[in-house]
Amino acid sequence: MTHGTLLRQITDYANRADPYPLYAELRKTPVLHEEDGPYVVSTYWEIRGLLHDPRISSDARNLSPAAARLSPEVAGATEEEEGSGLPPSFLRLDPPEHDRLRRMAMTPFGPPHTPRRIHEMRGELTRIVADLIDGFGDRTRIDLVDSFSYPFPVTVICRLLGIPREDETRFHTWADTIAASLDPDPSADPVERRRVAQGARTELGMYLSGLIEERRRTPGDDLLSALAAGHGPDGQMSHLEVLTTAALLLIAGHETTVNLITNGMLTLLRNPPVLQRLRDEPGLAVPLVEELLRFEPPVQLLPQRTTLADIEIAGTTVPKGASLWLILASGNRDPRRFADPDRFDPDRPDIQHLGFGSGIHSCFGAPLARLEAQIALAELARRLEGPHLVEDPPPYRRNAVLRGPRHLNIAFDRLVG
Amino acid sequence: MPADGTLERLRREGRIVIVGASLAGLRAAETLRVEGFTGSLTLIGDEPAEPYDRPPLSKQVLLGKAAADRTTLPRRREIDATWRLGVAATGLDMAARTVRLADGDEVEYDRLLITTGVRARPWPHELEAELDGVFVLRDRDDAARLYARLRAGPRRVVVIGAGFTGSEIASACRERGLPVTVVERGAAPLVGALGAVVGEVAAALQREHGVDLRCGAMVTRLEGDSAGRLCRAHLADGETVDTDVAVVALGATRNTEWLAGSGLGAGPRGIACDAGCRAFDASGIVTDDIFAAGDVARSPHPLFGYQFLSLEHWGNAVAQAEIAAHNMIHASADRRPHLNVPAFWSSQFGVNIKSVGVPPMGEQLLIAQGALAERRFTGVYGYQGRVIAAVTFDQTKWLDFYQRQIESAAPFPPAFTTVDRRAENLHPVPAGFPDPSQPTHGPTVTVSGYSPTDRRITFTPARV
Ligand SMILES: Cc1cc2nc3c(=O)[nH]c(=O)nc-3n(C[C@H](O)[C@H](O)[C@H](O)COP(=O)(O)OP(=O)(O)OC[C@H]3O[C@@H](n4cnc5c(N)ncnc54)[C@H](O)[C@@H]3O)c2cc1C
Repeated sequence: MTHGTLLRQITDYANRADPYPLYAELRKTPVLHEEDGPYVVSTYWEIRGLLHDPRISSDARNLSPAAARLSPEVAGATEEEEGSGLPPSFLRLDPPEHDRLRRMAMTPFGPPHTPRRIHEMRGELTRIVADLIDGFGDRTRIDLVDSFSYPFPVTVICRLLGIPREDETRFHTWADTIAASLDPDPSADPVERRRVAQGARTELGMYLSGLIEERRRTPGDDLLSALAAGHGPDGQMSHLEVLTTAALLLIAGHETTVNLITNGMLTLLRNPPVLQRLRDEPGLAVPLVEELLRFEPPVQLLPQRTTLADIEIAGTTVPKGASLWLILASGNRDPRRFADPDRFDPDRPDIQHLGFGSGIHSCFGAPLARLEAQIALAELARRLEGPHLVEDPPPYRRNAVLRGPRHLNIAFDRLVG
Repeated sequence: MPADGTLERLRREGRIVIVGASLAGLRAAETLRVEGFTGSLTLIGDEPAEPYDRPPLSKQVLLGKAAADRTTLPRRREIDATWRLGVAATGLDMAARTVRLADGDEVEYDRLLITTGVRARPWPHELEAELDGVFVLRDRDDAARLYARLRAGPRRVVVIGAGFTGSEIASACRERGLPVTVVERGAAPLVGALGAVVGEVAAALQREHGVDLRCGAMVTRLEGDSAGRLCRAHLADGETVDTDVAVVALGATRNTEWLAGSGLGAGPRGIACDAGCRAFDASGIVTDDIFAAGDVARSPHPLFGYQFLSLEHWGNAVAQAEIAAHNMIHASADRRPHLNVPAFWSSQFGVNIKSVGVPPMGEQLLIAQGALAERRFTGVYGYQGRVIAAVTFDQTKWLDFYQRQIESAAPFPPAFTTVDRRAENLHPVPAGFPDPSQPTHGPTVTVSGYSPTDRRITFTPARV
């Protein structure tokens, strides 16, 4: 197998259901560079090193013109988000701008300033999960994605941002449309798809914009109010910055959590003894979700990094301005780091996975994503009696970056109360 | 493994004694069990409490966010040991392989690990040190007493010494709204640990938070009232500060007195041991059955010119304890060196400070990212043309990278661009240590590998 085809195979939809053998192949060349292509890094320690390397930039403006030309190839997310007309979120900025914006967003969201916001959502998350499961009604066969994994995180984001209940349905529709556009369906007309998504994006933007103004005048105790009213050493976010940050929370938070939960249930159904254990000891959800983030991370690779200098990685010199792809999911299964890496083992000690990245861009929403997945999986395990997969593997989404099943049809005997 | 099976027997039914039942002692005990030691394990500690964590004592505890008796260290696993707590070891007989205890008991060992740490250096004038209101801060009781006094709302607190502990105490006092005077002999707080350039940032930080900071100053006398209560501190320049609390934060003394006359190479600077944690005897010969780890140990570090480093760092205590435990029950061919790059953290005045490497060896400093003025930066220390240490103020996440730079003896100043490099920081400046140490120039040593099993050192000829 030549290297050129290897990278193409990874982005090839045909291998979406199980890219792991390809990653194993990839790790034989820790830094893969096919002609004109990006430099692809697939081993744990090298990826970790790069995530903490100040010579690596997340700002696309630092790509060399040649590398920039090939970056549209980067799967869906970037392109579409950039097409939103909003300035880049802190995800695509370097320090000091990145630090300032992330800090301002973090202040009302999490530790050290607001350590309790996420923790205090536990009750609410549990209720949302219960309502969604109750919503399965008499059915004993469902598509977990449509009936559960999709609606759950959007509802959570709505509550967190402080979207009024009566607007939640509208919000769901926009979110779904935008999410769908990140995941191009080859059979649909791309022009039409783009138009619909753009429409949803504009409407959502206008809606949020109005809401931000309102919250600035009369703040509540929700996140949007805190972002809009923010007071701290860094001052206030501009209107546009609040908007960009809210959009980031919505899209990045949403897309990944759907996959985390769906991948989680799929993995559990493929490992019945673990599912049984989770049912008996719900506390297992905590280490289980960590192992899941290692074993089936929702973000498989980070394609938006570039070098600010010529740097050496595992013996290869990567020139300044090159496009770097960090294959997180491959690093997570690097046998040099994890013993028996292809085994799903929630009892694994020392599990510092790359599922949330690492370094200054490490996932902002991690505490929320963890809690959502823990509660969702523990409740599904408890309430579905005799669950099993209807098809394995399930149909996957197109997206190679944000990887997960598009549908997960499962059947069960009955719901317990 | 030796053919005669001695080692096998030691692992199965040997007697291991650990003196000093705190961080290093506990982590070593756990590691011994993890690595399959099934013999008898005895932990001897002069403090009555189970092993607890000290860093919170000068931070959360003084703020009332954690009770002093609630910092017990979490256990990594069951260790099945005999605990002799509240009783000090008073002597060592190397020939008979026994440790003497304060209660008259003797404990026999096949392997001994010493982790007796350090204690706070007291105020040198004994009578003044006994005044009500004069404190040190090393153990739980110290912290509980000081906390109670701070909560009672003293008029003012005088902190003597602006190293990490003193600065953290001052920070906690300010956060409680108490007036604080910090008296530091050096030119700036933290100057011994991080140099004058970074020290100036710490000084500005303290003043900004309302600390009455006196640098280049010395407390010469603590004055008490007729009831034996502290009422005033006298400074060398003739000034006085009225106060009812003084915290003496003048560094630490190693707990090695109990080893006097034992024939072990132990003294005021600690217990000298090799990179594998085996202690030297008084004649400089390495022992094979006595090991040392943590604050009390002093060992040569290949990356830092083989200088005998003694470190009072939490992470060092853990890493060294693990190496010592491993080496105690392995044959020489399977032993591992303690090659960890020193790392230290502190939090004060709302800033998270972290360092890797040995900053005091640095001759020059380059602010590689961020800006001193913003109190958010990464400083890189250079020594003879290589990177020797780094410090971050609120930029912890870059430290891993600089640690690799230290391990690979990367050239200084760094030749590359990084994110957030400011125009005003293009060139290194003198780091400003009061007394630059001048270790001998030798070959360059680099450390490679990540897990303890594959960490290796490599020699390269000296760079010109
Ligand atoms: C207030 C404070 C704040 C700190 N903050 C930080 C920080 O922020 N970051 C950081 O990296 N490090 C910090 N440290 C340092 C860190 O706590 C030490 O490096 C660590 O505790 C060392 O562990 P050890 O087990 O080697 O020694 P110790 O914790 O000192 O333990 C030694 C034990 O041995 C006992 N002992 C002594 N002599 C005898 C004897 N003869 N017989 C029996 N027992 C004996 C002692 O009483 C003690 O219990 C701080 C320390 C203090 C005191």
